[in-house]
Amino acid sequence: MKEDAKTILDRWRDTGWVIEPEARKVLKLYGLYTAPYSWAMTAEEAVKGAGKIGYPLVAKIVSADIIHKSDVGGVVVGVRDDKELLAVFTRLSSLQGFQGVLLDEMQSGFELIIGSKHDPQFGPVVLIGIGGTSVEIYQDVAIRMAPVTVREAKEALLSLHGSRLMQGYRGKPAINMGSIANLIAKFSEMVYDLRGRISSIDLNPVMCSSRKAVIADARIVL
Amino acid sequence: MNLKKIFDPRSVAVVGVSLSNPFNPANIIYHKNNLRYKARTYCVNPAGGTLYGETVYRSVTEIPEKVDLAVLSVRAELVPAVMEECVRAGAGGAIIISGGFAESGRGDLQRRIQEIAKANNFPVIGPNCLGIFSPPGVDTFFLPHERLIALREGSVALVSQSGGILVDQTIKLTQEGVGLSRAVSIGNKAVLDEVDMLDFFLKDRRTNVVGLYIEGFSEGRGRDFITLMKSAKKPVVVLKSGKTPGGSRAVSSHTASIAGDYKVFSEVLQTSSVIEARNEMEFVSYCEVFSCCSRKHVKNVCIITASGGHGAIAADGCFHGGLSIAEVPEEDAAALRPMLSKSVQGICSLENPVDLTGSAGDIDFQTSVKFFLEKDYVDCILLLLLPYLPGITSDVGARVAQLARESGKPVITYMPHIDKYGIFIDGFESNGVPVAHSVEGAVYMALGLARRGR
Repeated sequence: MKEDAKTILDRWRDTGWVIEPEARKVLKLYGLYTAPYSWAMTAEEAVKGAGKIGYPLVAKIVSADIIHKSDVGGVVVGVRDDKELLAVFTRLSSLQGFQGVLLDEMQSGFELIIGSKHDPQFGPVVLIGIGGTSVEIYQDVAIRMAPVTVREAKEALLSLHGSRLMQGYRGKPAINMGSIANLIAKFSEMVYDLRGRISSIDLNPVMCSSRKAVIADARIVL
Repeated sequence: MNLKKIFDPRSVAVVGVSLSNPFNPANIIYHKNNLRYKARTYCVNPAGGTLYGETVYRSVTEIPEKVDLAVLSVRAELVPAVMEECVRAGAGGAIIISGGFAESGRGDLQRRIQEIAKANNFPVIGPNCLGIFSPPGVDTFFLPHERLIALREGSVALVSQSGGILVDQTIKLTQEGVGLSRAVSIGNKAVLDEVDMLDFFLKDRRTNVVGLYIEGFSEGRGRDFITLMKSAKKPVVVLKSGKTPGGSRAVSSHTASIAGDYKVFSEVLQTSSVIEARNEMEFVSYCEVFSCCSRKHVKNVCIITASGGHGAIAADGCFHGGLSIAEVPEEDAAALRPMLSKSVQGICSLENPVDLTGSAGDIDFQTSVKFFLEKDYVDCILLLLLPYLPGITSDVGARVAQLARESGKPVITYMPHIDKYGIFIDGFESNGVPVAHSVEGAVYMALGLARRGR
């Protein structure tokens, strides 16, 4: 087990879950990269961070009190310039438990959820589902015991009812299966390594395009 | 732990017989085994004396030989002490029938059992269970012989957490003509659980099929189960209860909200060679077909029927389950037609389903079965027979079974189980051809073979 990951998880044990920028650090330790992002505590930092990421961007509240960010208007998509960013920052900073704003690249593509949970009978399992944040509506998921190989991850993706949607349905480009399968396999190794310390994880959504798969949001529940 | 002595004991001690109450479970177990099963049987009660004219031993340690198996049916508080006596006496293992442990708040007593078992490498089934049916050696079900039907011996091993479900399933399988190698109710599974039983049965030479009724695995044992299945050569069928998500727990992640206990169970099992039955009927059908047919790779089915309606229902079921209904080439239909009885030739339909009509007799079914078994486009035949038809006789089963044996391809038969036609059914079943008593059941059998081949 990676000590640095353990330290981060231990730090959030009392909170019960790990805030997104910290969760991203854990992922990075296992070679799971998210798009470049910036964690801004002040308006000045936000503008500076936005300069690196470029507009338009996504601004998200960071707060240990807010696990479901969208429910409280804590996610703003398509922020176009400094002026908009400052207005958004001001509003988000008034939300409960404010610990800064996370600025992220805008992503588009086919939405998947890659998740994991500790199952009492089978130990750490990974879940792959279509629909990302709407996964509860589609209920189109595959679940496997972690860890899985890249090949098993591919098979799991192909076992989804909607797998044809990923393979270039009606003129849309096929998503990069190799890249998403690699991500799943790596993720499954991480959750197996951290078994016993994590209750569940959502990488949701993971945005998949013909080029790559990008983790657009991460939540670790302890 | 070695379970051989539990399942194939040469001698059995029944501890806890009553000297005054003939209906005490221990008395029933003792009586049954003493009179009907092969293992030498002894009874134990601290009071000593005689029972039905036989010596009652005061302790397992007083029995003149080392018993292979001790069956404990004493008050829960006494179980640990009796277990220790069994260990001292050199017994090979124990089955604890008694209740009154973790299931009724006495987790402490159950932990004591676990400690003794672990410290002495002493295998234990139960507590709070019916134990085992393992003919011809032993049967610890405390159900009087006359209350049950005579269970058929064969090659299917059953494992169940619930004793009630186990007894029901043994009877249902027997009624379907399926024989049992062993059956075990594991109760609270304090020491040995489903995984240990599966491990034993996968190696057991008398067992070819394992059927398990599972309520839930203990912590982490699901993973062990899947690991064990990786090397399993025998078909394993699972029936699961407890599929409804419990309560409305506040769940803080999408993954946890979707991946409930049953969802994970079912998904993970699908990645192994375990075949999950969705209901009791599938469970019995799978156990039956696997006990008869070993051929894998069933995809293309040929339905031969005496009734168009039955053929259509079977075709729907097969199609819905992902099987192909092989198309019969015109030249084959043309070749088969003149081989059939004159009365059938003009009215039969030789597409698939092949409807030979109510005018058909044994010879027409035989001819058609033989004809299609030889075709590459047929992996399996569903034979739907109505015994009311005058042309069908009790010989048809043995004849069709002979053809199936020669070809190596499975033939699955539907015949309504009406008492009157038992001899027809016997003709198939006693010759190794499974018979379903509903069209749906016959379709399940074909689907089971297909799933096993995947």
